[in-house]
This record gives sequence, structure tokens and C-alpha cells, in this order.
Amino acid sequence: MACIEARGLRKTFDNTLALDGIDLRVEEGRILGIVGPNGAGKTTALNAILGLTSYEGELKVLGREPWSAREELMRDVCFIADIAVLPRWIPVTHLLDYVAGVHPRFDRAKAERFLDRTTIKRTSKVRHLSKGMVAQLHLALIMAIDARLLVLDEPTLGLDILYRKQFYDSLLNDYFDGTRTIVITTHQVDEIQDVLTDLMFIDRGRIALECSMEEFDARYLEVMVNPGQLEAARALKPMHERTVFGRSVLLFDNVDRELLGPLGDLRRPSIADLFVVVLGKEGVK
Amino acid sequence: MNTSTSSHAPGVSDPGDDVSGTRPFYWSVRRELWENRSIYMAPLAAAGVVLFGFGLTSLKLPRLRMNALALESTRQRAAIEMPYDMAAVIIMFTIFIVGIFYCLDALHGERRDRSVLFWKSLPVSDRTTVLSKVFVPLVILPALTFVITIVTQFIMLLMSTVALLPSGLAGTTWHLLPWPRLSMILLYGLVTSALWEAPLYGWLLLVSSWAKRATFLWAVLPWLAISAIEKLAFDTGYFAQMLVRRLTGGFDVGFVVASHPKGAHVPVVERLAQFDPLKFLLSPGLWIGLIIAAAFLIGAIRLRRSRGPL
Repeated sequence: MACIEARGLRKTFDNTLALDGIDLRVEEGRILGIVGPNGAGKTTALNAILGLTSYEGELKVLGREPWSAREELMRDVCFIADIAVLPRWIPVTHLLDYVAGVHPRFDRAKAERFLDRTTIKRTSKVRHLSKGMVAQLHLALIMAIDARLLVLDEPTLGLDILYRKQFYDSLLNDYFDGTRTIVITTHQVDEIQDVLTDLMFIDRGRIALECSMEEFDARYLEVMVNPGQLEAARALKPMHERTVFGRSVLLFDNVDRELLGPLGDLRRPSIADLFVVVLGKEGVK
Repeated sequence: MNTSTSSHAPGVSDPGDDVSGTRPFYWSVRRELWENRSIYMAPLAAAGVVLFGFGLTSLKLPRLRMNALALESTRQRAAIEMPYDMAAVIIMFTIFIVGIFYCLDALHGERRDRSVLFWKSLPVSDRTTVLSKVFVPLVILPALTFVITIVTQFIMLLMSTVALLPSGLAGTTWHLLPWPRLSMILLYGLVTSALWEAPLYGWLLLVSSWAKRATFLWAVLPWLAISAIEKLAFDTGYFAQMLVRRLTGGFDVGFVVASHPKGAHVPVVERLAQFDPLKFLLSPGLWIGLIIAAAFLIGAIRLRRSRGPL
């Protein structure tokens, strides 16, 4: 069953088109990364999925329409909008009390176990925690909720690299079980490259690229071309060419590995490399 | 009440794993009390001020009581009752102010600090949230006013007893102060004025859910503008009168108010017979007000649903 299914999803703010008829299908058990420049429509798309904004077109999340059934949907869906949204006045223990009080799928003992691994004191107010600790606290809450879909919108913005690494490690090791679905947007794309099963680029309200990570690995290859073989490599029609330390690096789409092997050092391109190429081209058009 | 995990103790009414119904509402109301400690701190402070002031007068109390006892009986009781009425008025007024600022911030603060995104990530509907917020001025605040006032008045009664003991007049307070009647008047007055003022709180919540900033100005200026336009255009003041009546008129509607020709210190409401619930329930003003309050709240619920963080 599809976890998220959208057809012709549109949203306009005043005169700007934030989502321009997106078709989307996310199966259960996938980890989808949505990547796009600022203002591309990522957050609007997530807000529509979470029932935080109205939209035109068809949208079903876990079989429900988010805008008309946010309350029911939130029993099965969790989200972290960004790390700064936990109420600052609340003491940790009250936060646990409240979530336990309103959420039928919240396992308080589990949240306590996650918190025991951190240095967060139960009596502290959120305002007295560091940014990293707030992220840990929010993650502890989310991981203790037995949800079917988890949506993360820039969940690690402003965190240092240690916390970011820890965040994704916990997510993969303690949360993801192969049946849950996770949708992530982030600007630190390369850090989640190995986490994702699916990838989507959004630009100006449209989907610019959509593929699974298996397809990504099968299709795209980067070659650091040997000095004498640049012309031969160029003949295979690279998508993009750039220079790193005086050597040309060419990115190929759907060109046989056997053909490219002799031309230089092969490597897997990063999502960021592909992103720049795909969206750079769009920009020129 | 708000000390750590004890809230999970079995004593708390907690209907198991009930998905629909009371739990989200119950916890949402508790959440309001956790966040807005001024709800009980401000009236407690007011009560403290009242008791301190009353304590200062207790030295003069024997002399004042002698003077009061020399008056004719209505005025005598009025003089004895006066500080107790004052205490109630001060506490009520404090809580009225608290209620106004609470409502103005209730749906604005969560958008300002973006925590609305967290609250909305939980299975609590916008309706439950808004209703739990209007529950505070309509139920929690009147109940608190009642309890705090009664306790304050009781402490005053004990203080006056102690102060009057040496002069042998201690019994006069107990004898002449119509304590149960005062409590009944207070309770009835609080219920009627909460219902009467419901559209005020509905309006404040609506503004709170809508305005981007300056909630107080948005709450007040439109009404002043309409009043000013009416005054300038027709040289009449009906609209302003209606507003004033809405803010202060719960008393007139709920009680039979005797106009007292002589009455400087005579309390407006004197006897239980002056309670007039039938007149209150039959007044169109009450029902029109409640309908308007409901419309404001429906508006606030819809705005809570569509408005994101600021």
C-alpha cells in the first residue's frame, strides 16, 4: 500500500505558485529524501502531507486526507518541523506527561530510556537545554511513538556534526524497522546519502528528478578522467564537466561502466553533485 | 500540582487508553495551567496584598468596630462587610485582567515561538485546543476566583477575630457578617458574569488566532473606531454603551439591583432574594452574547487550523 499518494498537488500563496501539480507515490517502508533549493516548495509539500496547509488536487496519506483529518492522521504520523519548535517554557517531565496524555501510541518508558542515554535532566526547561539537547529530546519523543510515517523537515538544521551523525544513527538503528516510512528534507544532502532508499529533487514547485537509490547508483557515475583521455570521455556525452585540482571530473548518466572504466578513476557521485547539475541545467533553460 | 511526574499517579482521572474524548482536553487544560502560571500567581499575589492591607488596619479595628456598632443596622452591617467586599472586588478585577491577557496570548504565543508546529504534530484537534483555551476564562478563572476569595475572606475573618479579642468584640464579626450569603452572591455573580462576558473571551481568542502582532491593539481599536464613527456621524453613543454593558453588565442582568438613594457604603446586592436567574436566563442579551461567542470561537478554530507560525 502507498503511504503517500498525490495527484496534481497544487498550492498557491497570493500570486506565487508553491506547488505546481505534483504527482507523488511513496510506498511504505521507504526512506525518501526531498532535496531542493530554498523556496522550491519542499516545506509546502510536507505541510500539505501533514495537514498543516490546504491544497488543490488529490492527496492521501495512509488513506486519509490530511487537511480534513489532521487529528486522526497524527496518531499514525510524526513530524519534526525543525529543531526549534519545542515550547521553550516547558520542563522535560511535563512534556513527557503531556505527550503521554494525548498520544495513544506513545511509550513513555521507551522515551525515558532514550533520555537516559543523554545528559538531559528531567527537571530542565527546554529553554535551558542546548540546541543539540533539544534535538535529542525531540527525537526521544518521536522514537517512542509507534508511528507509520515520520516526516523530518530540516531536522538537524543548526546542529554540529556530532549531533547530526548521532541523530541519523539513532534514527536508523533504533527507529527504522523496514515497515515505517520516513520522509526527510535537508540541505546537508550528502550526510543522508547512505540513509535514503529514494531520492527526489524539487525545484520551483515541480519534481525535477525522482529515483530510487538503486537506480541512482546504476545510472550515475563520475569519472576523474586520465589526462590524455579527455576527448574520448567527452565523446560519451557527459551531463556535466568540472575541474578538481587540475583534473577533469565528468558526470555520466546511463553510460556503461565498462566503457568508462579505462578512461580514469570511477566513483559514485554525491547527491549534491547531481543536484547542482540537474538544477543548474533547469536554471539555464 | 505541577511537580514532576506525580501527575501520572493513579489519583488523576485518566480514562485508560481512550483515544476519543476527554484525555486530550484534560491534558490540554493542564498544559495551559503549566504554561500560564499567572493564572493562579496573580490572584494569589492580589490576595496577599489584600491580607497585608487588612493586617495594617487591624490595629484600628477595635475603634472602627465601635463606630460601626453605633450605626443603624443596615449601615452597621455594610461597614463591617466593606473590607470583605473590597477583597472580592480586588481579586475579581485581578483575575479579569489576567483573563484578558491570557486570551490575547493563547493562540498568538504558540505561533510566535513556532511551538504550534509541535502541538500540531500531536493528535489533538484544533477544536480541542481552542476549547481548552476558552475553558480557562470561562471555568478555571471563575472557580479560582471563588476559592481564593473565600479563603482570603476566611483568613480576614480570623485576623479580625484575633484583633478584636482583647476588646471583647470578636463575636460581632461572626454575628454580623453574612458570610454564607456573601459566598452565594459571589458564586452566582461569577457564573453569570462568565456567561455574560463569554463573547469578550471569544473575541480575544479570535484576535489572538488571527493577528500577526499587537494583539491588544487589534482587540481594542476596532471597537473604539466604531464607537468614534457613531459619535461623529450621529452624535449618539449606543455602540459604546453596549460595549460597556457587555463588560460590566453581568451584574445588572443576573440580580435585581436596588438603587439605593442613601447608599455610599451599602452593597448593591443584599439579599438572596435579589438573585434573579430567571431574568438572567430569559434576557436576550445573554443568548445573543453566547451565539456571538460561539461564532468567534468557530472563527478561532478555523484560523488555528490554517494559520502557521509567524
